[in-house]
Amino acid sequence: MGLPNVSEDLSSEMEVDAFRRLFPLRYFERHLAESIRPDGRPLGKARETSIFLGAVASANGSALVKIGSTTILTAIKMEVMTPSLESPDEGCLAIDFHMPPICSPIVRPGRPAEASPVVSKQLSDTISSSKMIDLKELSLVSGKAAWMAYLDIYCLDADGALFDAALLSAVASLSHLQIPVVAMNDDGKIVLVSEEDGQKREQEPVNKEKRKLTLRSIPFSLTCILHKNYILADPTAEEESIMETHVTVVLDTSGQLISLYKPGGPVLAYTSAIQDCAALTRQRVKELKSFLDKANSAMEVE
Amino acid sequence: METDRPDSQTPNQLRPLACSCSCSILHRSHGSASWAQRETKVLAAVYGPKAGTKKNENPKKASIKVIWKPKTGQIGKVEKEYEMILKRTLESICIRTIYPNTTTLVIVQIVHDDGVLLPCAINAACVALVDARIPLKHLVVAICCSITDSGCIILDPTKDQEEKMKAFINLVFPNTIVSVLPEGSLQEGSETMAHGIMTSITQGAMS
Repeated sequence: MGLPNVSEDLSSEMEVDAFRRLFPLRYFERHLAESIRPDGRPLGKARETSIFLGAVASANGSALVKIGSTTILTAIKMEVMTPSLESPDEGCLAIDFHMPPICSPIVRPGRPAEASPVVSKQLSDTISSSKMIDLKELSLVSGKAAWMAYLDIYCLDADGALFDAALLSAVASLSHLQIPVVAMNDDGKIVLVSEEDGQKREQEPVNKEKRKLTLRSIPFSLTCILHKNYILADPTAEEESIMETHVTVVLDTSGQLISLYKPGGPVLAYTSAIQDCAALTRQRVKELKSFLDKANSAMEVE
Repeated sequence: METDRPDSQTPNQLRPLACSCSCSILHRSHGSASWAQRETKVLAAVYGPKAGTKKNENPKKASIKVIWKPKTGQIGKVEKEYEMILKRTLESICIRTIYPNTTTLVIVQIVHDDGVLLPCAINAACVALVDARIPLKHLVVAICCSITDSGCIILDPTKDQEEKMKAFINLVFPNTIVSVLPEGSLQEGSETMAHGIMTSITQGAMS
């Protein structure tokens, strides 16, 4: 009696998998008609998010962010450099996004992935547009010395919505960043003062203790897929490859629109769709803000 | 309030356009176009459809490959992003099921950049596709608007104006199809097709 049931169950499971592989678009549309997604989420809900600060001990600031399966690791290195002539009292921020071959079956070793420079540019634009960081805070001696912050962002697992996770990771690592102590030596050069070296304390420190950056309004983003009359928030890699129209809305904590990013796609974005995406993003900004505050307060307790 | 522009244009005025498209520009290409908006000038060439598709592309559909050539120097992140945006936009307007398992190559060469570079390139590429007789669903129109601190919207800024502005946005809209039959004019819901945004890239904060 049990045997035919088992074979029936197996065959029905195989049929579902085969249907998903052979007709992915129809498979998804069957779910969309019921207002649900294949992983069980409602259309407007983002995946589970977690933030872990201080993942890299040797870096000045770091954060590991997971949104669903997408995993992004960001680390910040601080270096003293000579500022440029155009802006002598400002520091600099260099953002680089890397997709090593471990993160996706599509990425090959050697040649950088196609998405890497695009996400890099998007991140740079977003962070500079939001004016989250006052670059004058990174200045040490006007015209002579300023901080250069290198943000290296690594994608460890690419399962959709890479920009959202990368932006959250960058923001979290900047909130965790501690600027090291520096001093001016006899030659007039800026040198790092390590805490263990007691002798160097005779030199006059330029900034007296480790300090954190002041973050002004923080940008958060949400990527949505437009498909016929549906809007899907926070897509997975499978959903992204099947449905081609992506809209990324970036809002900051004061409610300003930082970016509205829609690179083509067959579905046109009308006013109502953009308003819906903005409403979903506004909701998401509140969630992410509380996550970030929780992570920061947990760090302070340690 | 009246915003005074140094080039004595009104806020919603486009800069003078110059567009020429024929095989006399580039003899070897299947379609080519030169598009200029005052000082900004872009040259676009289309080759194809050629047989075969690359790895990771869908052989059931025609694919488009875009190469963006800056005026000088090598391709950086900015150019890579422009390539991706242009590829996605052009894929949206082409009827890709007509020539399956083919690749169309679109090469965009920047001749001069005085602001509004990406919309200029999109317009040039669209005209070049028409010249190459690639089947299209509709044309696209690309513009750039900038927003001042006081909230005024200025159309088609120059490079100097772009740097002074608080924010700017590049928008691409589909061109409405004019048809004698009432059903032919595409209308989605309550809005006409021309009101839908195909591509949107913004920079700077806005409310």
